[in-house]
Amino acid sequence: MTLTATPDQLAKYEVVIGLEVHVQLATRTKIFCGCPTSFGAPPNTNVCPVCLGLPGALPVMSKPAVEMAMLGALALNCRINPTSRMARKNYFYPDLPKGYQISQFELPLAEHGYVDVVTANGPKRIGVTRVHMEDDAGKSTHDGFKDSDRFTYVDLNRSGTPLIEIVSEPDMRNADEAYEYMVYVKQAMEFLAVSSCDMEKGHLRCDANVSVRKWGAAEFGTRTETKNLNSFRFLKQAIEFEVSRQVAVVESGGRIVQETRLFNPDLGETFSMRSKEAAHDYRYFPEPDLVPLRISDAWRERLQSTMPELPAQKRARYATEFGLKPYDAEVLTATREIGTYYEKAVAASGDPKTTANWVMGDLLGALKNDGKEITESPVTAEHLGDLVKRIASGELSGKLAKEIFPKMYAEGLAPGVIIERDGLKQISDTGAIDKIIDEVLAANPKQVEQYKGGKTTVIGFLVGQIMKATKGQANPGVVNDLLKAKLG
Amino acid sequence: MKITEQQVRYVADLANLSLTDPEIHALAHDMDEVLIYMDKLADVDTEGVEPMAQVLFETDETATLRDDVERPDRLFTSNIATANAPQAGQGYFKVPKVIERA
Repeated sequence: MTLTATPDQLAKYEVVIGLEVHVQLATRTKIFCGCPTSFGAPPNTNVCPVCLGLPGALPVMSKPAVEMAMLGALALNCRINPTSRMARKNYFYPDLPKGYQISQFELPLAEHGYVDVVTANGPKRIGVTRVHMEDDAGKSTHDGFKDSDRFTYVDLNRSGTPLIEIVSEPDMRNADEAYEYMVYVKQAMEFLAVSSCDMEKGHLRCDANVSVRKWGAAEFGTRTETKNLNSFRFLKQAIEFEVSRQVAVVESGGRIVQETRLFNPDLGETFSMRSKEAAHDYRYFPEPDLVPLRISDAWRERLQSTMPELPAQKRARYATEFGLKPYDAEVLTATREIGTYYEKAVAASGDPKTTANWVMGDLLGALKNDGKEITESPVTAEHLGDLVKRIASGELSGKLAKEIFPKMYAEGLAPGVIIERDGLKQISDTGAIDKIIDEVLAANPKQVEQYKGGKTTVIGFLVGQIMKATKGQANPGVVNDLLKAKLG
Repeated sequence: MKITEQQVRYVADLANLSLTDPEIHALAHDMDEVLIYMDKLADVDTEGVEPMAQVLFETDETATLRDDVERPDRLFTSNIATANAPQAGQGYFKVPKVIERA
């Protein structure tokens, strides 16, 4: 039975969190060979002598992998080292065919970065210690085969997939900060298109180093490392569980053991993975099969100049340029695709705020109902912008637009086509409206009397009748003005 | 003696080797000889010489990088990939149930 701490006990401790985030790079081929990185191929078919670790096979570094890693590092405000080198990390595991992982140790690709996040407690800067490149291992399957009680099945298709590992400073003080840091990293990598960050496919996984110490203590407490957290919810749950467990252990006179732990999502608990206290001795040494990575200023600057606008910059621009509220700016920058769609729609509509409401409300709502991404939207950004433009110009009432939008969504047609076809044009022609008002007033003499007797609220009823008579197509502003003038 | 038998056991453990006591004794001696011989290098004056772990031409940019091009000609089928494996099935390598060594 695992102990959990009481709120009083928790209040006595400061929490210290550092994260190691692994990001799968979006190259077509593996880091050291030309095998595809595609997901879902039959087992052991995307393999060659290099990624199988066959004797004599030699790795050759992928240039786009290096460039994606550099972009990722630059987005985390890291300094790119002009010289870095690959190193062998030696350990035995059946899904590691070479008997070592090619990673980086003394001279990583990039160092000394930081990330600025905003949490409930305000802004916070979190240090990024380093970003280094490495190859992924294969995949072990422990269950699901009829002899799974005796065998582990190994598929090496993933072996050699390019990864970057992003190591943070132990700067986070609660699960929310860790969450926001992870969101920043994920969004940045997505915006840069250096990773698809599909967490279900393991493109983004996170190890959380957690320790606790009494407030004011100079030394860090002993930390545990909870591995392979592959969702934001698990990250938060694992940290919160681990903090509670550690405080309870210390409060009951126990000692935290430095160990690797795993998270059980069903129980929401972490559990010890290795009983050995001694850290693994990986015997790192420089990889003799690969030359050092030399990155010139010119190369770095060339990449820097291709950097797209990152989410935080986009949010700031939406606030100043479009006058959007922080929440709206956040929704519209959640992914690069939503931002691109919104900006295209604004370009077509000329009305950023109304466009924002339509994208966030009607469009994202409809897409969510259908389980579709914005890239699959049946309504193009140009068509949505066109619709908003017609509202802004007074050609369409909001009510009419709400009627037209579902048709655009269902049929993928431009608003003009639907308006024309279904005769949904708003009537602003005062002559036509005038005639209808006269008819409505003639048909409702009682209400006219009431209005003239001082009960001005009946105007709502009369407007309703007029709108009904025009099938909602009359311009409500024009109706109001004309009606008031007539009732004098 | 530079190398103790305890160190040999530790290195053997890391290398996943099980050694008998006589083998450990002999290896401690052999490794000792190797290290004593290597110590001769300490006589060389390396003042101001950068360590060279890897060979690299004098250059600003690594020139030996690959483009992101698939090489289907080099792909193995799963049959070939697992041909030399002691056990395989359904396209997978099969290994004894993985259990952490205590």
